[in-house]
Amino acid sequence: MRRRVVVTGMGCVTPLGHDVETMWAALLAGKSGISKTELFDSSTFPSTFSAQVKGFELPEPLAASGKHDHAGRHTRFALAAADQAWQASGLGASDALDPGRTGIYLGSGEGSLDFDNFTSLLIDAWSDEGRLDTVRWGELAFERMHVDREQEQEANMVVAHLAAQFGVRGPAFNILTACAASTQAIGEATMIIRHGDADAMISGGAHSMIHPYGLTGFNRLTALSRRNDDVATASRPFDLTRDGFVLGEGSSILILEDREFALARGAKVLAEIIGFGSSADAFRITDQDSAGEGASAAMREALADAALSPSDIDYVSAHGTATKQNDQVETRALKVVFGELAGKVPVSSVKSMIGHLIAAAGATELITCVLAIRDQVLPPTTNLHTPDPDCDLDYVPNAPRKAKVRICMSNSFGFGGQNDTLIITGAREA
Amino acid sequence: MTERRVVITGLGAVAPGGVGIEQLFETVLAGGQSVKPIELFDPASFPCRIAGELVDLKASVHVPRSYRKAVKVMARDIQIAVAAADLAVRDAGITTVGIDPEKVDIDSGRLGCNIGAGLLCADLDELGSAVNTAVTDGRFDFKLWGREGMNNLTPLWLLKYLPNMLACHVTIIHAAKGPSNTITCGEASGLLAVGEATRTVARGAADAAIAGGAESKLNPMGLLRQCLLGRLATTGDGDPGGACRPFDKAANGTVIGEGGGLLILEEHDRAAGRSARIYAEVAGFGAACDPEGVDYTRPTVGGLDRAMAMAIADAGIEPDQIDLLIPQGTGVAGEDAAEASAVRASLGRRAESVPVSPLTGGFGDLFAGAGAVNLALAAMATHTQTIPPAVNFESPAEGCELAIARQGVKAQINYALTGGFAVGGHSAAVVLKRYVP
Repeated sequence: MRRRVVVTGMGCVTPLGHDVETMWAALLAGKSGISKTELFDSSTFPSTFSAQVKGFELPEPLAASGKHDHAGRHTRFALAAADQAWQASGLGASDALDPGRTGIYLGSGEGSLDFDNFTSLLIDAWSDEGRLDTVRWGELAFERMHVDREQEQEANMVVAHLAAQFGVRGPAFNILTACAASTQAIGEATMIIRHGDADAMISGGAHSMIHPYGLTGFNRLTALSRRNDDVATASRPFDLTRDGFVLGEGSSILILEDREFALARGAKVLAEIIGFGSSADAFRITDQDSAGEGASAAMREALADAALSPSDIDYVSAHGTATKQNDQVETRALKVVFGELAGKVPVSSVKSMIGHLIAAAGATELITCVLAIRDQVLPPTTNLHTPDPDCDLDYVPNAPRKAKVRICMSNSFGFGGQNDTLIITGAREA
Repeated sequence: MTERRVVITGLGAVAPGGVGIEQLFETVLAGGQSVKPIELFDPASFPCRIAGELVDLKASVHVPRSYRKAVKVMARDIQIAVAAADLAVRDAGITTVGIDPEKVDIDSGRLGCNIGAGLLCADLDELGSAVNTAVTDGRFDFKLWGREGMNNLTPLWLLKYLPNMLACHVTIIHAAKGPSNTITCGEASGLLAVGEATRTVARGAADAAIAGGAESKLNPMGLLRQCLLGRLATTGDGDPGGACRPFDKAANGTVIGEGGGLLILEEHDRAAGRSARIYAEVAGFGAACDPEGVDYTRPTVGGLDRAMAMAIADAGIEPDQIDLLIPQGTGVAGEDAAEASAVRASLGRRAESVPVSPLTGGFGDLFAGAGAVNLALAAMATHTQTIPPAVNFESPAEGCELAIARQGVKAQINYALTGGFAVGGHSAAVVLKRYVP
């Protein structure tokens, strides 16, 4: 018998709330977390809006530790989210906690650039020949750049801060498979517990690309919605009028534990991770495989890992980015996997409300799956008013729906073609 | 649950001193010093001006003709990975679609990919060209940037620098459609990737995987960051080749190298069934972290003692059975001392006698490529039953009194251990076992 992996704590900092219950209430109320970008002047950018985390400050006990004074924006989100999850799980206060058997597996993004200094160097060290004078650049860089701001951009620093905060010493990973990262992190963390390398893992993701070059990059890819005149409804997954995703930011963290370990210490089990699948499109860096082969392979792997058939799935939390291509390909892949059942199994995308949290998206969406099972209600896909003939499934349009929800599937597909799927169920007696 | 055995059937290395594992191993056995003055850009204003550069890196020869256009959207890190993957796949004798579309002999869906990567840096000339079209009164003008400036960047600009693009280009070239991951944990990345991919194959989610890591920090930002961390040797002008001196009394910092290593991991029965050359078996894997690592002003090795102990236990052996250790050995004095201490903590009395071959001095700290290149060299050492000599080692620094291998010698190597760690406090270790058919 393989070890079973359960969720015992969850936390988040997102554009729709800085804790799980606030976010969930906002999603069920169909609220939008999208507004004009305030972090910098993007008024002339093709997309002038995003899903920002607003009014957030690192909670006092975390800030007071003195370990996180230089932590980047996304690391602060992660610290708060992880602390909520850690407290909720009760693991930190438990005698059962063994730091060496407790690890971290995150899908966290790189930290934000020290934009002002970095950019001023490109300007002030630009030579008359139209290229960078690296000697001048070096002279100025040593005057202006800070070791802390540079080091905190390394993608492993979120893990470092969480290890410091919770004193854990087990296996530690950070991965960055773009938009699939935190789904994959939770899947691989599950595998680590199953294999017996750890009894508990802090897992999830954190990311903020709402900075000038992040928004520039996605704008240049023409991946973002440009609905500047109606930003609150700009994210329109599966709708005919969709025109791209809305860049978001935030962090979601879950505490995963070996089921026996969790039960023995009297933890409350919130959900069980029963299936994980990972695949690569191996198609193009710019496009998804239009047949949805990679996406369907990840879903099938997850079903096989869970020893389930498509008819067992009660709800699919879609990747559903609201790009023309993703939603069409994902729909096609769902049809490949679910066959005649496609159209009957409800599918929704909370990105319609909360935006696309990139590396943090998958973990955030998995939390909504846990809550859907807890409350027997499906979060809607909002802004879905004009059907797209190529997107003809049941997307739970515009209003939450009471439903019998036992088993959920959550999909994440990364730019470049890395695909990941998780399957969860609620707490089970046996 | 019984797990499947996983063996190494292909090695691809791209490092200063060798493109291809044969050439690199030859250089290593000869104690080659490949660190030289930086040529890729003028580093005159930096306190460290030397590095292990891939001066003649030519990615296009490692990319199928039909995909060659894509090389122009590959950052240097990606080019290294693509080259190492091509070398590894060919070395393994596997025919993917990237080698010969007519003779493919592996199931795409059963071929995984797991490549460690670093923080890729935008090409500063490219970004600067665009930024300098949006300057008003000497300052960056956001409104002008949004209206016009950003349009000077190629639409695919962002995709050049996403860390997962190493794996994505490799999976595209070789049609590797199985589980795919991108681990970003500094120097620990390559060993973490190999460890994780081994587990993936062992549990049956794939039959083979391309795994390892690659990185190039050879740009002004990468050099600046390492200088600011105070990790780099600053006395190499006279003798660049001898500047990086892991565990040596005169060690005073590391040097940046660029490179990568990718290994073909294969399920044993599949490999044996096709009579593949098997370099070694992956016998054990361990990983750990250290809560103190968040303070990067102090050298730490990320719980390396526990990662190594875990890998040894995972291999089902005792520390006394380790016949060779290839450490990370950065040449940063504090890191070397902490690493030596981790070796003693995990190997106990065996630490006094196990041959230790620090190789980083020859090519520099390869960051995300470091662990995988060291592991590829450990696989060669195991396969050829040869202990490679330390580079730039004369007498031990205080606290680093290990049995450093001074000469390359033939020896019985049943088990070889490789460990790695990253600034930030993560570590990983892999135990290889000699393969006897």
